[in-house]
Amino acid sequence: MATPDLHAYANPLRFRRLAVAFTPWLLLAGLGLLGAGLYAGLFLAPADYLQGESVRIMYVHVPSAWLALGGYLGMAIAALSARIWRHPLADLCVQAIAPIGALFAGICLVTGSIWGRPTWGTWWVWDGRLTSMLLLFLLYLGVIAIIHLHEDRARGHRMAGLLAIIGTINLPIIKFSVEWWNSLHQPASIRLSGSAIHADMLWPLMLAALGFLLLFAAMVLMRMRTLIAGQRAEARARRLAARLG
Amino acid sequence: MSIGTGRLFALLVRRDLALMAARPGEWLLPMLFFLLVAIILPFALGPQPAVLGRFAPGILWVGALLASLMPVATLFALDSADGTLDQLAVRGVAGELLAAARMLALWLGFAGPLLVILPLAALLLAMDMAGLGMLALALAMGCLGLCALAVVAASLTIGAKGGGGLVALVVVPLAVPMLLFGSRPAEPGALLLTSAAALLLAAIAPFAAGAALRGGQG
Repeated sequence: MATPDLHAYANPLRFRRLAVAFTPWLLLAGLGLLGAGLYAGLFLAPADYLQGESVRIMYVHVPSAWLALGGYLGMAIAALSARIWRHPLADLCVQAIAPIGALFAGICLVTGSIWGRPTWGTWWVWDGRLTSMLLLFLLYLGVIAIIHLHEDRARGHRMAGLLAIIGTINLPIIKFSVEWWNSLHQPASIRLSGSAIHADMLWPLMLAALGFLLLFAAMVLMRMRTLIAGQRAEARARRLAARLG
Repeated sequence: MSIGTGRLFALLVRRDLALMAARPGEWLLPMLFFLLVAIILPFALGPQPAVLGRFAPGILWVGALLASLMPVATLFALDSADGTLDQLAVRGVAGELLAAARMLALWLGFAGPLLVILPLAALLLAMDMAGLGMLALALAMGCLGLCALAVVAASLTIGAKGGGGLVALVVVPLAVPMLLFGSRPAEPGALLLTSAAALLLAAIAPFAAGAALRGGQG
């Protein structure tokens, strides 16, 4: 069905040209920054006086947590713009982000768990932040599940987008309630040291976070190209079948 | 022939309740499932009344949450299969209205039986009966939120191939706030927060489900 081309970037061909141009730069810059950030974090930054060397997992753990949260927000914004402007690429963007966001949420959970073993003496505690990340991970899985439940792919995208939007409305409530619940059970003795981080630890963290962010963007662009290519291949196969049949 | 929105809403609720009365399994099975949770947990946790009583509100909440997943599979699937949804859409009945009516009917048909059987389930779990009233209130409100989530999950999976188990993935994370406030209703403010979480879901659900009923378009 032909729709008037209202949006310059809604044109998949034009998008692909831009994506092809940007992806290698994003990828290289992301890897470079990430390498620098991780090197600085692992070798240059001081160990924590309380946590010792295990604090260094922070340079992977914290950026993953930020990207998992930010990715969900980005996914919901894509879903919302798909609904408002019928942007044909925005729906694909939802599908492109979902597994990557889930991956980062998973990395955040696993690294947090590895860090928790020496620091808290256990692989898992129902800490407010850990729990809300676990629920975010489940929300991602729900979106992925809805996409793949529908045979009609466009329908699956729209339904998953709706779920992403609902999830975003509820995310602050989930986060608040889980932290409230947790405070009932355990005092603030074991909490992440949040607020004050020394500059020697902060700049490697920022480098790593920026590197992860660019990698995230590169992966989303690559996945979107894959999805577009898949759609085109499918459409071509259908045309071919129609001609032969 | 045109009828007002309020009257249409009442008609839709009445239709759903009449269908539920004609298919007793739809409201009996979730209720029995809820009771079953209260029956099997003592085997897993041990029969000591002190242990059971302590965990009773939480067990009953989990039972209600799991039971609320049961109606999801048929909530819109039957109307979709026999063309009712298309008929209603053709006649200009808004998806939001239909979803809101279904949510209300489901709440009546789900929470009602649940609250009737609640004292028995609480008795089996040796719960402190002084807290039963508050728990019943929290469950009644929480069930509204659970029904809202059931309507959303059902509308998102219309026309999907199988995958009933995956519905839990949609419902559970969104139900967590109600679960953790609602299962300790005696805490100050917990009942209000349960109600707030449930009412918010109930306010969003008709719009989300309405959009999904239109195939996610519009």
